[in-house]
Amino acid sequence: MHQLSNDRRNLLNEREYVGVDEIYGPIVAVSGIHDVGYNELVEIVDDTGRVRLGMTLEVATGAAIVQVFEGTSGLKLATTRVRFRGEPLRMPVSEEVLGRVFDGLGRPADGGPEPVGEPRDVNGLPVNPTAREYPRQFIQTGISAIDGMNTLVRGQKLPIFSGSGLPHMQLVAQITRQAKIVGEDTPFAVVFGGMGIKHDEAMFYIRNFEESGAMERAAVFLSLADSPSVERLVTPRVALTVAEYLAIDMGMHVLVILTDMTNYCEALREISTEREEIPSRKGYPGYLYSDLASIYERSGMIQGKPGSITQMPVLTMPNDDISHPVPDLSGYITEGQIVLERDLDQRGIYPPIAGLPSLSRLMKDGIGKGMTREDHAHLASQLFAAYAHVKDIRALASVIGEEELTPVDHTYLEFGDAFERQFLSQRFDEDRSIEQTLDLGWKVLSILPREELHRITEEEIRKYYGK
Amino acid sequence: MSERIVGKVGRVVGPVVEAHDVSGVEMLELVYVGEERLVGEVVRINKDRAWIQVYEDTTGLRPGTPVYGQGEPLSIELGPGLVGSIYDGIQRPLDMIRARSGDFVAKGVHIPALDRDRKWHFIPSASPGDHLQGGSVLGTVAETDVVEHRIMVPPRMEGELVDIVAEGDYTVDTTIGRLTSNGGDIELKLFHKWPVRVGRPYKQRLPHSEPLITGQRVLDTLFPVARGGVVVVPGGFGTGKTMIQHALAKWCDADIVVYIGCGERGNEMTEVLLEFPKLIDPRTGKYLMERTILIANTSNMPVAAREASIYTGITIAEYFRDMGYDVAVMADSTSRWAEALRELSGRMEEMPADEGFPAYLPTRLAEFYERAGLVETLSGKRGSITTIGAVSPPGGDFSEPVTQHTKRFVRAFWALDKQLANARHYPSVSWLDSYSEYTEDVADWWDEHTQGEWRQLRSEIMSVMQREARLERVVKLVGADVLPDSQRLVLETAKIFKGAFLQQNAYDEVDAFCSAEKQYRMLKIIVTFHRLAGDAIKKGGTLVGLKKLEVMRDIMQMKYEYTNEEASKLADLQKKLEEAISDYASTFE
Repeated sequence: MHQLSNDRRNLLNEREYVGVDEIYGPIVAVSGIHDVGYNELVEIVDDTGRVRLGMTLEVATGAAIVQVFEGTSGLKLATTRVRFRGEPLRMPVSEEVLGRVFDGLGRPADGGPEPVGEPRDVNGLPVNPTAREYPRQFIQTGISAIDGMNTLVRGQKLPIFSGSGLPHMQLVAQITRQAKIVGEDTPFAVVFGGMGIKHDEAMFYIRNFEESGAMERAAVFLSLADSPSVERLVTPRVALTVAEYLAIDMGMHVLVILTDMTNYCEALREISTEREEIPSRKGYPGYLYSDLASIYERSGMIQGKPGSITQMPVLTMPNDDISHPVPDLSGYITEGQIVLERDLDQRGIYPPIAGLPSLSRLMKDGIGKGMTREDHAHLASQLFAAYAHVKDIRALASVIGEEELTPVDHTYLEFGDAFERQFLSQRFDEDRSIEQTLDLGWKVLSILPREELHRITEEEIRKYYGK
Repeated sequence: MSERIVGKVGRVVGPVVEAHDVSGVEMLELVYVGEERLVGEVVRINKDRAWIQVYEDTTGLRPGTPVYGQGEPLSIELGPGLVGSIYDGIQRPLDMIRARSGDFVAKGVHIPALDRDRKWHFIPSASPGDHLQGGSVLGTVAETDVVEHRIMVPPRMEGELVDIVAEGDYTVDTTIGRLTSNGGDIELKLFHKWPVRVGRPYKQRLPHSEPLITGQRVLDTLFPVARGGVVVVPGGFGTGKTMIQHALAKWCDADIVVYIGCGERGNEMTEVLLEFPKLIDPRTGKYLMERTILIANTSNMPVAAREASIYTGITIAEYFRDMGYDVAVMADSTSRWAEALRELSGRMEEMPADEGFPAYLPTRLAEFYERAGLVETLSGKRGSITTIGAVSPPGGDFSEPVTQHTKRFVRAFWALDKQLANARHYPSVSWLDSYSEYTEDVADWWDEHTQGEWRQLRSEIMSVMQREARLERVVKLVGADVLPDSQRLVLETAKIFKGAFLQQNAYDEVDAFCSAEKQYRMLKIIVTFHRLAGDAIKKGGTLVGLKKLEVMRDIMQMKYEYTNEEASKLADLQKKLEEAISDYASTFE
């Protein structure tokens, strides 16, 4: 039965039809066709012979709705030729993708040869939860706000929630340059997916990868701001297909940077609106959560396989609003978030990583004795608690004035400043070891009287307080 | 698997397939779709067309391929082998799927939920000639060290037992006995099938009386849930919904725990899978996995199966309830389930109500939550299902449809607070926004177990927390310095209560689970402090002086210093506190 259908499928491959019924936005409707599958790859050829790629969004008996990744400008109803490929979009994978730059659909953009290797379905398959390995290995990024307070572990998906004008580019570049496992020499391979980013932003990343030597172990996929928006829907999937090959088949540790997920979601909204689907919040389709999950969940580790995929998607919060659907739904899927704060940035603090809303859900399993240091969990918890109190006192001081505060409150203010100026703040090229980060944490914490430290044990006080 | 072709694929829109030339299907019938035989369920029929929601990825599915009818509704298998298993949303065993198709979940894999080769040691208890009916126990299988699996006659069957096998080892599909009735003979096996969308019958509902002890102080003491109750836990992302659900799955004193990971993260299920087989249940001394059943339909798995997953979970829970067990169901998260409903509804072009959700959302929510309860089973036992549903409101806004509709059908509300989570105060259950209507139902039980003091202590501390909230508003305007010591004491007691009692460290060996006795004694110590300190201040003592007492440090650390077994020793700390304050107060006489 299966043999038969495979033969039939081969015969039917490369079926070509001339003429389409309707063109609107990035969508083409075709009829009079046979045996076309859902999510099938389509080639659309215009008068000049230019081939564009597309995918079926909906199929019915004798008809299909196709989204065209490269836009529909110049297409005519009568002469457009449509070729159904009988397979989903695939990306050839091999180690030769490293050091290369591709467009948003996985075609060479650096003048190099076509990628070779086994073609893989870019949609991937869900990992069986029983096959996953729980991530617990500490990644040192050299950034105190991350290592100390929101620790990243290997195989985690930890996004950066940024705002327009905030220095997420510098932060991402610094992380890709500095990230390492303490005691291991092999650096991370980097897979970079750029969706709707500007040319100079793409240049910045590539230049940085080249300067730090990361380029030779990086694969870059770019769907720039002036490319058709629908192309962005494919870019993260192509990038993750390559990342999965490198991690699972080749045993490499891969750091995947996807920027900017907000542009991706907007492309999804555009298609959904064109198709007149019922919207949920702010016009985004009801399946935005599932769609984002199909990207973010392609990270982690597999039992018995040496490699890992660590994802750091970047998204800009429209109007710095963390409750906007894109950051909100992302936060529900990812394992924490690094939030950049405009207030810190305006006060000249780099990296402006917000102390309280940032969170790493997997931190608890990656820190402590044998991994970072035995005092790490309590120290971080105490710093969070104290900094939360600082925020309360600052609010109070803005009402009643600083003079009216109690002496203890004044110490808290002093601690808050030190925490921001000394602990959070560091140079773009400053790579702090985890010991330096923790010692610095104790240094600022020691500004507070020891009676205020409820989350620290007596032993830790003796060992680290005021040292 | 039936080969009966009932129609062909006409149109494919994501997880929804419209079948054409359809004949002889019934509503909610299980069907297999296309050459790959993807699992689906008929959800709408119109003349010769049927709409099917497909539980697997439809990529590559082509119009014209056949649809096979199975002649029965989507059902699950109930029998020995459930406990300790991990299933997807339509009860396919994920570990077996992995053994067959590798690290990724492939499509079109059909594996029975219960292992057909494994033998179970069956000890019969019914004898030939017995008149049996649905729910009657035929015998038992020791499924794990802690779960005695009672093999029952399936509901809605009745007759005389003709024969039954002797004690011995049998696979689940061996015929172990026969019933004879008017309709002819019925073969009985160790397992039977039950449709997931139909609640299993019981004799009658019983009123709530006992609390489900969760071991979490803020819940048991302030917002208790009764056995057979329903609770909702709403919270924005990062407020610790999953942490609470995990803590409950670990420590609540139910006999069976069904954990439904509905549209959540893959790594969270992995965490449970790795952790539970190593954790010891404080009540039984055995591994927690030996009472746990996992349903995992992670966010990237097919959306229709997510919709089915909560029904699969609650049906398994009902089956164990029917044996006379207390079952706890954690559904994390019902918002993802509601979103699956919304997506399927949208794909079928139904008219939307609030925020795109279908108009029947509240009906479906009610149907699900009403399957919880404390009941007298068909065989006359007491069994219960306690359901704890997490809700993930977009933007943390509790006014959205899923939270609002859910609130109508539950009687306890554990609101998670972003501010508390930001300060890493866990569990971040807000003591101002949460409520439980079960408090009165379980108060008698608590009073019986605490020398009649619980009601009084609880109401005193609740009033302190209310007064603190009011005073905080004043403090925000003028600072705490201007308040008299009697009012600052309220702030101080609230601070102690928050730090020493409400905050609980899920990762600390001693503190992760707190027994009812320990909770009561800790609460009493804090309330005693408030009473005596108030008296001392009246006599001329100061708050600063009281805070300096050495015993205060012991109170802050008591949750870590006294294990559940040593809870009675907290009476000594109580005495120490009473003496310290009375010594201090006497200096002013």
